[in-house]
Amino acid sequence: MFLPDSFKLSTPSDCEIQVTRDFDAPRRLVFDAFTKPELVRRWLLGPPGWTMPLCEIDLRVGGAYRYAWRSEKDGSQMAMGGVFREVVRLERLVATEKFDDAWYPGEAVDTTVFEEMRDITRMTMTILYESQEARDTARRSGMERGMVAGYNRLEALLPTLAGATT
Amino acid sequence: MTFSALANPTRRAILELLASSGEVPVGELARSFTMTQPAISRHLKVLEDAGLISTGSDAQRRPRKLEARPLAEATEWLERYREYWAASFDRLDDLLIELKTTEKNRKRRAPKER
Repeated sequence: MFLPDSFKLSTPSDCEIQVTRDFDAPRRLVFDAFTKPELVRRWLLGPPGWTMPLCEIDLRVGGAYRYAWRSEKDGSQMAMGGVFREVVRLERLVATEKFDDAWYPGEAVDTTVFEEMRDITRMTMTILYESQEARDTARRSGMERGMVAGYNRLEALLPTLAGATT
Repeated sequence: MTFSALANPTRRAILELLASSGEVPVGELARSFTMTQPAISRHLKVLEDAGLISTGSDAQRRPRKLEARPLAEATEWLERYREYWAASFDRLDDLLIELKTTEKNRKRRAPKER
């Protein structure tokens, strides 16, 4: 079945980021793909050129998870982990989230909700940071180093914007 | 603050206008958007508080101009984040197709007992 691009990224509040996406699969499969380490490792690979050598998930309230990524190009690494606060099988996960070397204060809380509509599963992930600064810094620190290459669309736009004010 | 400033379509349109026109006096902005001056000023204040625009020195005309750097940083960050997830979810789509196929084959091979 063809699904129109359902990906949505929004900032519902100053401290949150929300990502929504529909998947053409029953909920139990999508839930598995988010919670079974051998499946998570297949798609949550980080930026282009990175692999996921470590993926551990202890799926129960109070259980920990830990992810690590590695750049095959220069060997640099990043890792994050947290603890599950709520686990409602197939429906809802709430877990803390913190990158190892993040310099943002505190930790974030991720809420992931899976809704099944006919054969489509809608996944909504909301990441709540302790402050707006934490949110913005967190994403920069966690994502930036591996993501310098290949983002040409915006780079093309930048000279236009910069030129407008000079 | 940057992202809530950008969340509003009128404010994004103001930024686009400033990006193409350079400094624009507040009266002209109000006319362009067929809004009252107080209404446009409220939007301008949000944008200015977020550091996305600044006010020129002409006290009479109060021209606004775009501050390219914060805007570029904000859009760049969101764009990278979006691409990161979009690529991950595309891989997940492929994985789900594989899981569905595996499941179907397994069912075919071992039909449920009645």
